[in-house]
Amino acid sequence: MPNRLSAPKAKDPIAYSLHLKPFRKFTLDNGINVFAVDAGAEDVLQLEFIFNAGNWYESQNLVAATTNYLLKNGTSEKNAFEINEHFEYYGAYLNRSCYNETATLSLHGLTKHLPELLPVIQELIMDSVLPESELDLYRQNMKQKLLVNLKKCDFVANRLIDEYLYGIHHPYGKYSSTIAYDAIQADSLREFYTQYYKHGQCSIFVGGRLPENIEPLLNQYFGNLPLNQKPIPDIKHPVEAAGEKKYRIINDPDGIQGAIRLARPYPGIHHPDFSKVQVVNTILGGYFGSRLMRNIREDKGYTYGIYSYIQNHMHETAWMISTEAGKDVCEASIAEAYNEMQEMRDNPVSEEELLLVKNYLIGTILGDLDGPFHILGRWKNIILNNLGEDHFQESISQIKEITPKEVQELANKYLHPEEFYELVVV
Amino acid sequence: MIQFEQFVLSNGLRVIVHEDHSTPMAVVNVMYDVGARDENREKTGFAHLFEHLMFGGSIHIPSYDEPLQRAGGENNAYTTNDLTNYYCQLPAENIETAFWLESDRMLSLAFDEKSLEIQRKVVCEEFKEMYLNKPYGDAWQKLRNLAYKVHPYSWMTIGAELSHIENASLHDVKQFFHKHYSPVNAILTVTGQVKTAQIKQLAEEWFGDIAPGEKYIRRLPAEPEQKEARKLTVHAAVPVDAFYKTWHISSRTDRRYYAMDLLTEVLSGGASSRLFQSLAKDKKLFANINCYHFGSIDAGLLTIEGKLVKGVKMEDAEAAVEDELRKIRNSLIEPKELQKVKNKTESIITFEDMSLTNRAGSLSFYALLGNTAMINEELERYQRVTAEELQEEAKTIFNQHNSSTLYYYGNPSNT
Repeated sequence: MPNRLSAPKAKDPIAYSLHLKPFRKFTLDNGINVFAVDAGAEDVLQLEFIFNAGNWYESQNLVAATTNYLLKNGTSEKNAFEINEHFEYYGAYLNRSCYNETATLSLHGLTKHLPELLPVIQELIMDSVLPESELDLYRQNMKQKLLVNLKKCDFVANRLIDEYLYGIHHPYGKYSSTIAYDAIQADSLREFYTQYYKHGQCSIFVGGRLPENIEPLLNQYFGNLPLNQKPIPDIKHPVEAAGEKKYRIINDPDGIQGAIRLARPYPGIHHPDFSKVQVVNTILGGYFGSRLMRNIREDKGYTYGIYSYIQNHMHETAWMISTEAGKDVCEASIAEAYNEMQEMRDNPVSEEELLLVKNYLIGTILGDLDGPFHILGRWKNIILNNLGEDHFQESISQIKEITPKEVQELANKYLHPEEFYELVVV
Repeated sequence: MIQFEQFVLSNGLRVIVHEDHSTPMAVVNVMYDVGARDENREKTGFAHLFEHLMFGGSIHIPSYDEPLQRAGGENNAYTTNDLTNYYCQLPAENIETAFWLESDRMLSLAFDEKSLEIQRKVVCEEFKEMYLNKPYGDAWQKLRNLAYKVHPYSWMTIGAELSHIENASLHDVKQFFHKHYSPVNAILTVTGQVKTAQIKQLAEEWFGDIAPGEKYIRRLPAEPEQKEARKLTVHAAVPVDAFYKTWHISSRTDRRYYAMDLLTEVLSGGASSRLFQSLAKDKKLFANINCYHFGSIDAGLLTIEGKLVKGVKMEDAEAAVEDELRKIRNSLIEPKELQKVKNKTESIITFEDMSLTNRAGSLSFYALLGNTAMINEELERYQRVTAEELQEEAKTIFNQHNSSTLYYYGNPSNT
């Protein structure tokens, strides 16, 4: 008979030494840096082109996102259907995403088809025409989608909290509107495309089972393009945070849940507290066993889930608590969230809880290191944020070393309700 | 090729092991052969509510999550109309912690009144968040109701109504547990940095002494063949009109499944697919349009769903959908298009197999279907589908008598 009353002996994950498989870096003829991770058992790869073409660089709302979306919708040789058919025929996915600072084109596919796919990616980077008709369709569909999303309390809350934190003119704080969609002109997209894609700044991240000739192959299609010839413009966006801290919004008079967002500014990923604050955040609301989850979900049953996190921004950022709760228990949920902050300020976390959180975090990172795409993703974060190649090891040691006293100090530094914006959208 | 070994314990628990020595991790997956289709019509939402209760402490262990997290593990679970699946991933060296936790909750739950009380509330909030407080959130409840008159696929896993969850008693919960949560109704799959012999020994040690339980024999009423088209019109406070049409399809183990699955890819597998190209891009009738199925084990549904462009009449949108379906019924698909959806399927399968968790889930699912080796045979079954079979399948499915249509009208002033 096994002993069911006590846990079997387990090795503390913090006793593991973790290694992030190194990347190989090479440079194409035109100066494009390529970061490559050759790993994995399956014959697949991910190839990502990262342009400095996020909404940080646009002078009109939605221009960056719209340009990025329409990259795939027509070149002088191929229409949108032909482009899509080409990638889909080879079982590949070509996605594009626009973020605040960067905008990407990313390919997922079987390694064996790479030679057929690269020329068309080159075509999109050099010869997209951003057709008027595609813009009209995009505009119409996005406006309709927006109208549906505006019915959702969580969608509305996410927009408003960012506006309070950064201001409506800041890339992190601005958002879409039907008026902004209507104002987009094909000409401004083409101008943005020329400056930030065709003659823009790009780096390449590639991971998976790479072909032997990946370097000459990438150089052949991308090494002679007029990219990376000019430095990116140095654009500053001042934060215009709201003065008022508390907001209660009725978005849907018949709504039965409220979206709660509590958020305070946080200095960002380069701040020396960052790795240790991740531990404090995990204890507060960063995992299923967090204090917020245990209190507000598992003890009170107010919500299906409550989480806290640091927004993933390159510049200024914020520490956020986010949940959807029953309309009549929103205020009680907020009060409990503040109680948990107070508890973390007033009392040191027990050694036992802290060890659990450290083990959980290290275990999660360990589990996240085996696939090539995850490894690549971690390097991408480090490289794009200029964190230095020893960042991974450093943050691991910080997680392993943090003491209950430090947790309490950081709670006292950051977890003050009066410094949080407080929003409920029903 | 995914290698695996399988064996059965004397209490009937099926065990599958897939060794992967390229990772320091292991996944322990327990699939129970119970889903929303096995619920009492008057007490729906139980299989899913149960999934929540499974984290509220077991007979010897007050908390499932804490010891797992301490061992560096993460877990989750999901419930479908067909099955309930629990899985955790942790450093392989600590795998015994997962055996301890999973075996104890198979042995018995703590059945704590407070835990039930709380999880009822949590699930009610989930119900509101996902289905009630969300535009179009109730569409699928209505569609299931319309399409199924007899088979229990007529309700969603979350439950037919909030009151079924609110009224769940501890007695009901215990009965449900004893009926379904036993070795003879479960499949244990372990993947990762493990050895089969080691798993055999651990499985015997931790699960071997659990009473087998009674094999649950599923006797669900088959949905009778639909003889005439069904239609429902609703009005709701949403800004945009939506169109839903659904048709009965074969079961998961029918050989027709593969042609049906490729058919959905032809119709809406990507931006070059037929429905998107014709109805969203060329005719500009839909802002978005999708064709999908859920991979249900019993005879399921294939659905086309889309949001109409403002000003488009529902009848015109439907007629355009029917035009596309007529094309696929009346003419053979070109070899290039067929090859495209097959290549795409190959890619999807390869990407899915990258994750240890997915491999564990798939092995369990195919074992539940009765043939674990299907995990390595699926791709070939897709490759064998011919243009003629695809057309045949389109003719069988896309028949008005076999359809249920939902016109989901928004309120134009509600923008």
